[in-house]
Amino acid sequence: MTINTLAKGGWHRDQMACFRKMEKVIVAMQDPDMGMKMRNQRLLITVIPHAMTGRDVINWLMQKYNMCEEEALHLGGMLVRYGYIYPLKEPRSLVLRADESPYRFQTPYFWTSTRWPATELDYAIYLAKKNIRKQGELMEYEKERYSVLHKRINHTWDFVVMQAREQLRASKQRRKADRIVLECQEQAYWLINRPPQYLSHDPIMQGCLPSNPWISDDTAHWTMNTEVVPIPSRLRVERWSFSFMELLNDAMGRREFMTYLEKEFSAENLCFWQACEDIRHGENSRIVEKVEEVYKNFLAPGAARWVNIDSKTMDKTLKGIQHPHRFVMDDAQMHIYFLMKKDSFPRYLKSDLYKNMLAKAIVPQEVKKSVFPFMRRQRHSSPSPAQAVAQASEEEGRA
Amino acid sequence: MRSPPIPEMATQEVQLSETLAHLKTESDTLKGKLEEERAKLHDVELHQVAEKVEGLGQFVMKTRRTLKGHGNKVLCMDWCKDKRRIVSSSQDGKVIVWDAFTTNKEHAVTMPCTWVMACAYAPSGCAVACGGLDNKCSVYPLSLDKNENLAAKKKSVAMHTNYLSACSFTNSDMQILTSSGDGTCALWDVESGQLLQSFHGHAADVLCLDLAPSETGNTFVSGGCDKKANVWDMRSGQCIQSFETHESDINSVRYYPSGDAFASGSDDATCRLYDLRADREVAIYSKESIIFGVSSVDFSLSGRLLFGGYNDYTINVWDVLKGTRVSILFGHENRVSTLRVSPDGTAFCTGSWDHTLRTWA
Repeated sequence: MTINTLAKGGWHRDQMACFRKMEKVIVAMQDPDMGMKMRNQRLLITVIPHAMTGRDVINWLMQKYNMCEEEALHLGGMLVRYGYIYPLKEPRSLVLRADESPYRFQTPYFWTSTRWPATELDYAIYLAKKNIRKQGELMEYEKERYSVLHKRINHTWDFVVMQAREQLRASKQRRKADRIVLECQEQAYWLINRPPQYLSHDPIMQGCLPSNPWISDDTAHWTMNTEVVPIPSRLRVERWSFSFMELLNDAMGRREFMTYLEKEFSAENLCFWQACEDIRHGENSRIVEKVEEVYKNFLAPGAARWVNIDSKTMDKTLKGIQHPHRFVMDDAQMHIYFLMKKDSFPRYLKSDLYKNMLAKAIVPQEVKKSVFPFMRRQRHSSPSPAQAVAQASEEEGRA
Repeated sequence: MRSPPIPEMATQEVQLSETLAHLKTESDTLKGKLEEERAKLHDVELHQVAEKVEGLGQFVMKTRRTLKGHGNKVLCMDWCKDKRRIVSSSQDGKVIVWDAFTTNKEHAVTMPCTWVMACAYAPSGCAVACGGLDNKCSVYPLSLDKNENLAAKKKSVAMHTNYLSACSFTNSDMQILTSSGDGTCALWDVESGQLLQSFHGHAADVLCLDLAPSETGNTFVSGGCDKKANVWDMRSGQCIQSFETHESDINSVRYYPSGDAFASGSDDATCRLYDLRADREVAIYSKESIIFGVSSVDFSLSGRLLFGGYNDYTINVWDVLKGTRVSILFGHENRVSTLRVSPDGTAFCTGSWDHTLRTWA
């Protein structure tokens, strides 16, 4: 949960510029004279007014912006991805099809840029409505969210159910066509705007599994979440997907990402980034030596793990290396960091490696505090970090 | 016999004071213009946006551990990355490393000075840094030999010209950031004790600092007796942003988990939230019934809660988005002087003038 909710709808100012441009296209599409020809579309036995086919959308884009079909398909796809146009058939598939598939414009009320950040309460009401209407219609992840929300905002649950019932009752009174339209709009909106999940990671607010060690005197939570663990917890692996920084800050996450990069033959990027961090935060006395190493391994022509930096940054860095200082690698490091963030990181999240890790991750069972307060659990001590380091260097010395 | 004033000098004096007055007016006008520009970018109040966010339920937090062992006021504490060890420092010159979970003391050092106002745990967990009225910041590697005197391996790193108010390691054990009563902050290389960068801009004692959790990792915020909170670029030493809305000394600053904002606690009995992108204060956490100053603030893991330790012995828990107080916690028998949330957010620890530390969850 970030404080960026200050920008309307919870999006950064640069993303807002994109939304405004998309909205300009959408408005042009709906222009009474030059816009698209709308017609009634048949969805099973109901007729939906003011709809268009995928083919219509593509033809209009091609004509208006003088582009080829491939580009029109791509742009149209973006409009669907961001919720400005939604499909009437197969609502979960946010894809623009170049055929007779029916689509509709999303009402501005639900536009990504104007909407307040999707709140948990709204989402809970939406899920409750779905549940009441048709038991078992909730998808797996929706079922999970539903039970989590039920626990979390339990004190307002009566309100949620009441609102859900009210909204369902009001919608029953609408014409069927309107009702279907509204349902589609809502469904499309919630597909795009799942509420952020940082709150569920906050132990003081949500508790933690299996139990909070300070309350139960049981250190299982810490044991399960040590730096290196054979099977990590579900929350931990989920957290890696929140941002690139979260992934890198977790030692295990970083290791997994390195494994993925090795498969993609781009591991040198992460190695370079780590080496630069080492220079920035290391001892003054070793800066010159470390910069030499980095140059030899990553930047020199024909280097074993050469990193791909644009020529301008490369020139600037090579010049700076002649008088090495703590920040000499900053530009190059930033370039590689953003390369990984924009390219490798999203692909990693979609990869089998990550998905398997998420699938086999543990969700510990909740263990309630002991019923007998006078039987206090023994509080076990743990090895001091200083001890671990001392032991390691002892072993090295002996070897 | 008094000599008559020299006419030229009199004219010079008048000119000087005119120039000064002129400059003062100019400075005030510029300040006014800055506020105008800032206000233009401000579109909506935080609590208005938060109207759509549902409120928090009932909060039950209790003291889970009480650490007794200091002989005088506890002034500062910091967590180890292992989520259970802490270091604390006190007025009597003692610095103690505890396993807060078992409440066992693991190390103790006696400093050559009293009022050890700052202490910090190294990221590796293998050393601690501390300082105070000695105007220095020293690093002590934590030895496992119970017989060895920790003071023997002490390393003097930072040297200020007035008391050390706060210190923090950066991303590694190799660099320390300090703030001082001499009005400056400074970045030091631990190994050599060399000054890497100094930060000038506060007009009075600097009392606190916090490093930004950002992708580029290059900034930090400091708060001082000049009522200002300054954001600094660690590389250039420049002050890149400044906020002056508190009405008294700023005792504590802490970044919001995302790094886009920070909170402050002040002697004016309020906590405030400043958004770095909007470049302004976006929330004030105060109540008419809260009269005594805030000594220390920290966020819960998600940033939804702000904990404040107060000089009236209490801890107030604030809903960051809605601006309301969620809970008030009692327990300490004197001022709360320091407060930090644990690295995994499972608890927070407070230190007090009542000589004890408490862990709450």
